[in-house]
Amino acid sequence: MTANIQLDDNGRLKHLLTLEGLSKPLILRILDQAAAFADATQGRDKKLGHLRGRTVINLFFEASTRTRTTFELAAQRLSADVLNLQVAASSTSKGETLFDTLKTLEAMQADMFVIRHDASGAAHFFAQHAAPGVAILNAGDGRHAHPTQGLLDMYTIRQAKGDFSKLTVAIVGDIVHSRVARSDIHALRTLGAREIRVVAPPTLVPAGIEQMGAKVFHSLDAGLDGADVVILLRLQKERMLGAFLPSLGEFHRDFGLTRARIRQLKPDAIIMHPGPINRGVEIEGDVAYGERSLILQQVSHGIAVRMAVMAMILAPEDAGRAKATKRRAA
Amino acid sequence: MSSLLIANARLLDPARDFDSIGHLGIRDGRIAYAGKAAPKEKFAETLDAKGLWLMPGIVDLAARFREPGQTTKATIASETRAAQAAGITAIVLPPDTSPVIDSPAVVDRIHGKAQAAGGLDIHVLGALTKGLAGEALAEMSALKQAGCIGVSNAAFGLRDSLMGRRALEYAQGLGLTVHVFPQNPALANGGCAHEGPVGTRLGLPPIPEAAEVSAIRFWITLVEDTGARVHFGRLSTARGAALVETAQKRGLPVTADVAAHQLFLIDEDVEGFNAMCHVIPPLRSADDRAALREAVRSGVIGAICSDHQPHEADAKINPFPLTEPGISALETLLPLTLRLVHEKLLTPLQAAERLALTPATVAGIAAGTLATGASADLTLIDPATRWTLQPAAMVSAGRNTPFAGQAFTGRAVRTVHRGRTVHAR
Repeated sequence: MTANIQLDDNGRLKHLLTLEGLSKPLILRILDQAAAFADATQGRDKKLGHLRGRTVINLFFEASTRTRTTFELAAQRLSADVLNLQVAASSTSKGETLFDTLKTLEAMQADMFVIRHDASGAAHFFAQHAAPGVAILNAGDGRHAHPTQGLLDMYTIRQAKGDFSKLTVAIVGDIVHSRVARSDIHALRTLGAREIRVVAPPTLVPAGIEQMGAKVFHSLDAGLDGADVVILLRLQKERMLGAFLPSLGEFHRDFGLTRARIRQLKPDAIIMHPGPINRGVEIEGDVAYGERSLILQQVSHGIAVRMAVMAMILAPEDAGRAKATKRRAA
Repeated sequence: MSSLLIANARLLDPARDFDSIGHLGIRDGRIAYAGKAAPKEKFAETLDAKGLWLMPGIVDLAARFREPGQTTKATIASETRAAQAAGITAIVLPPDTSPVIDSPAVVDRIHGKAQAAGGLDIHVLGALTKGLAGEALAEMSALKQAGCIGVSNAAFGLRDSLMGRRALEYAQGLGLTVHVFPQNPALANGGCAHEGPVGTRLGLPPIPEAAEVSAIRFWITLVEDTGARVHFGRLSTARGAALVETAQKRGLPVTADVAAHQLFLIDEDVEGFNAMCHVIPPLRSADDRAALREAVRSGVIGAICSDHQPHEADAKINPFPLTEPGISALETLLPLTLRLVHEKLLTPLQAAERLALTPATVAGIAAGTLATGASADLTLIDPATRWTLQPAAMVSAGRNTPFAGQAFTGRAVRTVHRGRTVHAR
């Protein structure tokens, strides 16, 4: 097991680096907190005061619109001061090291860093080197983990389906490069999903994924049979062509979710996607926002879930109060 | 010149299958006497080595001294001192320095630095291809004349398999052993971890076993064609070791070594993104480790090396995939091998064989023996002393070790090079 440096001695979140090793009660507590924040931000005034006076730095070494935006909104709705830094990975390799970047920004008295980096383990690295009291929130590290995406997926499934123990969940697409798949698998396993499937051609399935608790399918029809939840993954088109897939068209024919395939799903099955979607590749365009699709709900759930994690890490004593008392920002 | 008698030591001389309490006398830099009975001749000094083991000086088949080219990491002078402190008397440097060891000028430069540092036999492998680029043969004959004891393309690939065949033929004509680091670069694909459940869970780009196995198979096929001598360095897989064993049973001239850390650490040690365990070839499964240990025991893997790769601290201060691979390993080579003895995998005599005699044979150098008349290159070991590895106390300029804080039993207490004591603790 990965040494759990994200929890303090009392089992409370200090950082959020991965969903691996988080207990079921802790995950459920985060989801409950997210629900409370979702309620509390229903009205016209969406501002809460939990992080007033705190500084959150979004430090993105990889391009991102939606994830960075939802983190930014989440922090703002909690009244934090937010700084967005988009750093080209190449500029750090030429000059300042990651370590120096962290130390420099720490000197600006940041309370939390939200970090995305294309190297697996980057969030662990920052957590290991962060000053005491500085929190690291992983917004995606290489192929390793994207814990808030995993949590918002669980939030979405829980809201739509309730009990995880009855669910068969199929994760379809590029598993090998996917941090979302890994985070979803950890969470689904912890929450007791009946069956977790990964569905992809063998070139896109990493070795030993079965030991994380997933069942491997190389046929979409078999993989979707009896599924309650279908999570599609984004295919990174630019890195697929060549040795992974002969063509996007062939992938779409064999593993794309089309209208015809949707008709074969269980009537109450739901469809999810972390976005951004590739229309005509992993999903047929007009089903993306169809009635079974929860893709847009996932986005809005993302804000509540990220608020919950930020509040539980930086203001654990206040986090529980979201529902009852809405504290105004100055 | 002075003379010294090391008395009452347990002498370990695998060349003569000799393991007994005895005495060893040194005169004029050479072994003048070795035997159970006390010598009749007189020696100027006597060292009572009761309770200690005396073996031929350790010969390390793979160590990077980082010079020329990366002297911010280490130098020939700094690593010479580290080798001496570790009981090593001869070392083989791969050609992947900067500039590459593909011309006599670079060989001369290294030998000059080695001379200046003193007290360690520094041997070099010449490049198999110019600039290690895999496009054209290096001037192997000139390299041999300059003193290279073998040739290698280090971790770099060859343009195509025909280049491999021609290089092997050419080296064979010169009587040069080709040292192969068996890793197919295309299959390794820039990865940094063993392909398996741990690497998958951590999302680390994988290096499949096939990267090693296919390379070994390829080179064995060419050995079948050419009869050239090939030494496989740094095995990491059970399947690779099995291929080498089969080839040896068929009488092919192939030998192999393994890095000591590969006999202890496995993929699970990478957990928590421990960059100190970022090594190439990667740490593999527990089954691979068991098979490597068995191959070391049986002698299929005849040599244990350090695969020493010292780094400055910054090289490991990054997210795991961005760190530089390698361990500063000179100072754990003997202690880890002694663990194999304490664990009863090897006898003390076998340990001496894996650390001195076989590597000397592979390198084609006159070393690895306690025979009378041989150069007095010796390692005196206290097999019982307990100590803890503290990075700050390491002699090497690189303190990058996954064994920091670990307790060891046994270490070199004296290193003798050509009759001269170059280290004593």
